[in-house]
Amino acid sequence: MSILLLAILIALGSFFAGLLGSLTGLGGGIIVVPMLTILFHVDLRYAVGASLVSVIATSSGAAAAYVREGYTNVRVGVFLEVATTIGALAGAAMSGFIPTSALAVLFGVVLLYSAWRSFQPHEEHSTTAPPHPWAARLRLSSSYPTPHGMQPYSVEGVPGGFGLMFVAGVLSALLGIGSGAVKVLAMDRLMKLPFKVSTTTSNFMIGVTAAASSGVYLHRGYIEPALAFPVMLGVLSGALIGARILATARTRSLRLVFATVVVVLAAEMLYKGIRGTL
Amino acid sequence: MSAPPGPPTPRELALQSQTDADRQVDLVIGRLLQIGVFAAAAIVALGAILFLVQHGASRAEFAVFVPGPPTLRTVGGILRGALAFDSAAIVQLGLVLLIMTPIARVLFTLVAFIIQRDRLYILITSVVLALLLYGLIAGV
Repeated sequence: MSILLLAILIALGSFFAGLLGSLTGLGGGIIVVPMLTILFHVDLRYAVGASLVSVIATSSGAAAAYVREGYTNVRVGVFLEVATTIGALAGAAMSGFIPTSALAVLFGVVLLYSAWRSFQPHEEHSTTAPPHPWAARLRLSSSYPTPHGMQPYSVEGVPGGFGLMFVAGVLSALLGIGSGAVKVLAMDRLMKLPFKVSTTTSNFMIGVTAAASSGVYLHRGYIEPALAFPVMLGVLSGALIGARILATARTRSLRLVFATVVVVLAAEMLYKGIRGTL
Repeated sequence: MSAPPGPPTPRELALQSQTDADRQVDLVIGRLLQIGVFAAAAIVALGAILFLVQHGASRAEFAVFVPGPPTLRTVGGILRGALAFDSAAIVQLGLVLLIMTPIARVLFTLVAFIIQRDRLYILITSVVLALLLYGLIAGV
């Protein structure tokens, strides 16, 4: 296949990944790596490099809108970024030593988990219980806009959330994904932040996490321009258009479509990982 | 700012942490991110067009990983390559700009905390910034 044809096909696939990822909230990055490795037989390292770059683009492009609405908790984000960036650098350092087959299996598991999570109902909650001592010291508690005005919330489970954020950073670097599902798990479940605050703060942090490992991968040559440009431009344009039509889209059926794609890719990654043929 | 005496009410906590200054910072950060992403995408698109004109007909070989030349792997090499109008280096320059967007965001947050004289968060943000710059410049 010529470079031109490959670029066009990858750009098209990435566009739909970005579009569906933004409409469903799952993020486009999660299916870019399986698409590149399974469909286009690209080496996993090139795939991870290209995917991480697209993760930065969508995170930074979308975060602006959320920040404007006042949901993002900048203090929580910055504090947890310490854990995600250390995790990302550790993951980047580890990636050279982990066999591709093990990474493929890990990827399959994370894909299945993300698909399953996207169907879990998430009720909007906020706790006004006394905050964790660290949360008080770090002044993490805040308030967020609701239909009934500004609702204050406090923050619990800080050490657990911090620890899980380290894991999110490692996974982000190893698999070239935003790890949004794990980040939301840490903030929503462990730290008891309101769901909207968790998702927007997660988006806010994803770019920083991916930037840490992307810098390392640039030096290693994982970021191949011929593959990174169609992925970045495709995912970014898909995500931007997705954000525009989000209000009118029927997200429930779209989520079903996207989750099916994710599950099929997960099965393929698991199969190839176990057989050692990726 | 020191920890308040006794357990504060949620409302006090809210007022204390999410000030108007914080919101103002959020807005400027949002703009900064968008400008960075669009500038990066424009440079990547320019490099991509040149790259496809020059190399589009070549065979795509990406099944086996081979690290590229240093001109595509270090910030200095990429800058020199882009100035020499090498199309792959121009794509990489756009990607480096993209990687620097969240780093600039962290730098901007740091400046905001310096203006607010928030010592604890000046420290925390500096740690994040140092880790990011270490990754980009040293590369583990």
